[in-house]
Amino acid sequence: MPRVTLVEGINLALARALSDDPDVVLIGEDIGVNGGVFRATLGLQQRFGKLRVQDTPLAEGLIAGMAVGMASQGLRTVAEIQFMGFLYPALDQIANHMARLRNRTRGRLCCPVVIRMPHGGGIHAPEHHSESLEVLLCHHAGLRVVCPSSPARAYGLLLAAIREPDPVMFLEPTRLYRLAKQDVVDDGKALALDAAVVLREGDDVTLVTWGAMVHDTLRAAEQLMQEKISCEVIDLSSLSPIDHDTILESVSHTGRLVIVHEAARNIGLGAEIAATVAEKALYDLLAPIVRVTGYDTVMPYFALERAYIPSVARIADAARQTLQDSP
Amino acid sequence: MKTVAQFAIGYEQLLDAGGRICGELPPFASDAGQMRRMYEMMVLCRLFDTKAINLQRTGRLGTYAPCTGHEATHVAVGAAMRPEDVLCPVYREYGTQIWRGVTLTEILTYWAGDERGCNFAGPREDFPWCVPIGSQTPHAAGVAMAFKIRQQPRCAVAYIGDGGTSQGAFHEALNLAGAQRLPAVFVVVNNGWAISVPAAEQTAAETFAQKGLGNGVPGVQVDGNDVIAVRKVMQQALDKARGGGGPTVIEAVTYRLSDHTTADDASRYRPAAELEAAWQREPLLRTRQYLTQQGWWDDAREAALRAECTAQIDVAVQGYQSRVMPGVDFMFEHLFAHPPAALRDQQDIARQYGAGEAH
Repeated sequence: MPRVTLVEGINLALARALSDDPDVVLIGEDIGVNGGVFRATLGLQQRFGKLRVQDTPLAEGLIAGMAVGMASQGLRTVAEIQFMGFLYPALDQIANHMARLRNRTRGRLCCPVVIRMPHGGGIHAPEHHSESLEVLLCHHAGLRVVCPSSPARAYGLLLAAIREPDPVMFLEPTRLYRLAKQDVVDDGKALALDAAVVLREGDDVTLVTWGAMVHDTLRAAEQLMQEKISCEVIDLSSLSPIDHDTILESVSHTGRLVIVHEAARNIGLGAEIAATVAEKALYDLLAPIVRVTGYDTVMPYFALERAYIPSVARIADAARQTLQDSP
Repeated sequence: MKTVAQFAIGYEQLLDAGGRICGELPPFASDAGQMRRMYEMMVLCRLFDTKAINLQRTGRLGTYAPCTGHEATHVAVGAAMRPEDVLCPVYREYGTQIWRGVTLTEILTYWAGDERGCNFAGPREDFPWCVPIGSQTPHAAGVAMAFKIRQQPRCAVAYIGDGGTSQGAFHEALNLAGAQRLPAVFVVVNNGWAISVPAAEQTAAETFAQKGLGNGVPGVQVDGNDVIAVRKVMQQALDKARGGGGPTVIEAVTYRLSDHTTADDASRYRPAAELEAAWQREPLLRTRQYLTQQGWWDDAREAALRAECTAQIDVAVQGYQSRVMPGVDFMFEHLFAHPPAALRDQQDIARQYGAGEAH
């Protein structure tokens, strides 16, 4: 069983998908000989040829638009956007066409497309390379948005995304790419797309998060355990649709909820989760919901990125606050 | 300084505004059946347009994008394409679509606010109408890429208007098609106006055909009101693309004899004299004159054709007006192959409140 990093897990899944299904095609900038700027596609062009692992011109709008055309012909197109800050030109195609083609043709045409893109900061990257823009995608009906938190989950979720007949936006936490290794069985088994996962069970407070923040949140939970505060940690995993049932079930047990995300606070996914818990489980709550998020500022250039990204201390304080605020 | 690149843009016209032959005709122009069929389709489009505008004016259709004036280009492109090719239209190329098997009922259903009109029973792989300007051109490039990957002898055809060529997506699609020698043809329908902005204010380029050249794609201009010339250059471009020769830009120079849509009033911005002059170059009359000169057409045939078209249009109007109206479940259907569970709650609310209140 190979021990692999998250980016190597993605590479394994892509290779598996290309081997298993002749209709799988990879497109993107520098994904060929160079293997992608993060090396997610390393060696794949050599194995599968220039037509199936294809360098595109440098135009994100085109990448998304050509993916729509290719997918309409039944090619399972896996596109790479180099950094999430470069997503904007592709949004016209994603929102106006990719997300809607099945609905507006009443099922005649569909878009089995995966758009992979790095998500979040923390790697000392240039400007526009560290954004967390999931809400731009989650707002559109017809899309699934997924964010793995470990090498094994990246492998299984990416295979599921590629096999899905509809578009899946696949957000890869940049600072997890090479953070840690994990045993990953290259068995071709996909994970469930629409499900959140309880990573740690607890009784006092529910911590919901996703992507790279999962690791900081788990560390906070570990610290709090020493203060006899028992945290349940949920990896949301599917950012759209949101698995509200898993969150509600946890909150009905703990009575306290902290939502942690790196993206800005204003109209972030935390607001959606908090609103749903307020609508459906207000009387289960023992304390006000707390959000720990990025600030409503521009994502700062890397000198200050660690001040922007929620820290373990902020997460732990938020959990303590829910205990102080409750009877 | 030495010259490293030069260009020239050809202009093809075979039938002038008076229906006179002014170039070497391709073989299909000697085929009475084929020429009659193209003319008949042009007349159908013109009569259909008139009917659709009337339906909108009387509240039985939503905003409609007319095609009057464009019939020669639309029909010729349809006639040159093969059934297995794929069309990525804008929203007024009915002549091409009807030729390819889209029904009049489907067109009316769409403009009546009902996406079921996009579920073409005929050309199953053709794209539906595309409202965001220019965004259909990367789709054609992607379809052509699929043909290249699978080594299928098929072509993708994208339409775009003169205004649409200002969009980045058009150039991105051309650039890819050129770099990868994709089997694609980009038909720029230059009808003189992008809603209220005349073509001369859209660009400093002398032609829209040359917009391909910067992307390494050859371009040709054609009289878009000359059904023989358009079909000829389209046929050449498709043959080249199918044979691995790469893409072509065809600029069909025509004129929008109508408003942009039924929500537009072109008299606000367009000189009446210009419109009057454009009617002298319109495509139907010259085609009929050509057919008459060849002895293939007469007044009796014309009367019979018009009666037949009117009957066909009446059946189509019946078809869309008698359809079962979509219920609220319709919004929730076909969003996903595997619908997320969370959507069911909202669907229940929609069912409870039904069709909503009239405004």
